[in-house]
Amino acid sequence: MLHIVNKSPLERSTLDSCLAAAQPGAAVLLIEDGVYAATRGNAAESRLRAASARLEIYVLAPDLEARGMAQSLAEGVKSIDYTGFVELVVQHKNCQSWL
Amino acid sequence: MSEGQVKKIMYVNRKAPYGTIYALESLEVVLIAAAFDQDVSLVFMDDGVYQLKKGHQTKGIEVKNFQPTYRALDDYDVNKLYVQKEALEARGLSEEDMCVPVEVLSAAEIGKLMDQQDVLLSF
Repeated sequence: MLHIVNKSPLERSTLDSCLAAAQPGAAVLLIEDGVYAATRGNAAESRLRAASARLEIYVLAPDLEARGMAQSLAEGVKSIDYTGFVELVVQHKNCQSWL
Repeated sequence: MSEGQVKKIMYVNRKAPYGTIYALESLEVVLIAAAFDQDVSLVFMDDGVYQLKKGHQTKGIEVKNFQPTYRALDDYDVNKLYVQKEALEARGLSEEDMCVPVEVLSAAEIGKLMDQQDVLLSF
């Protein structure tokens, strides 16, 4: 299962909804404003790090770069490009977007 | 605007850039309104502080990088830029991460400035 989060964790609660529902071994992809959760010093960073023990956490690099946060990527998060995004979608049986 | 009367106008920016259109729209309005010689200030609170995070590189998402426009604001005599202290802290950012000179204020201090305004425009 692939979960996609596109909202900032400090403006919306979709990341927490996602992390509460996601089952062990699932993939979580952060895109658009969702990428801020995966940046060092963000208030959501520790929750994301705790979740990375049981979930595969990915972040879309072009969205990180657009926001000037490429140098601030948190530990335990894998950075992927658009091709990687497509591969994740293909690899998983289904996908939940936490809009 | 009635002629000769200078109003205090504050733009309150609380959204991250690129994820929504608010940040860009706010900038557009600020630039248009700058022609009217009013007493303008910009506030960046909550996710709005991300608008000023140095180093936007938008080629990958094929969206216009509007960050250079913040540096042009001074040319329009828009130079009162306030950034919320708590918002920086919750995001692991500091004043050095900002792409333009700003004054860092607490939410309460920003609230006091809001009280003094004739007009507040919220984005």
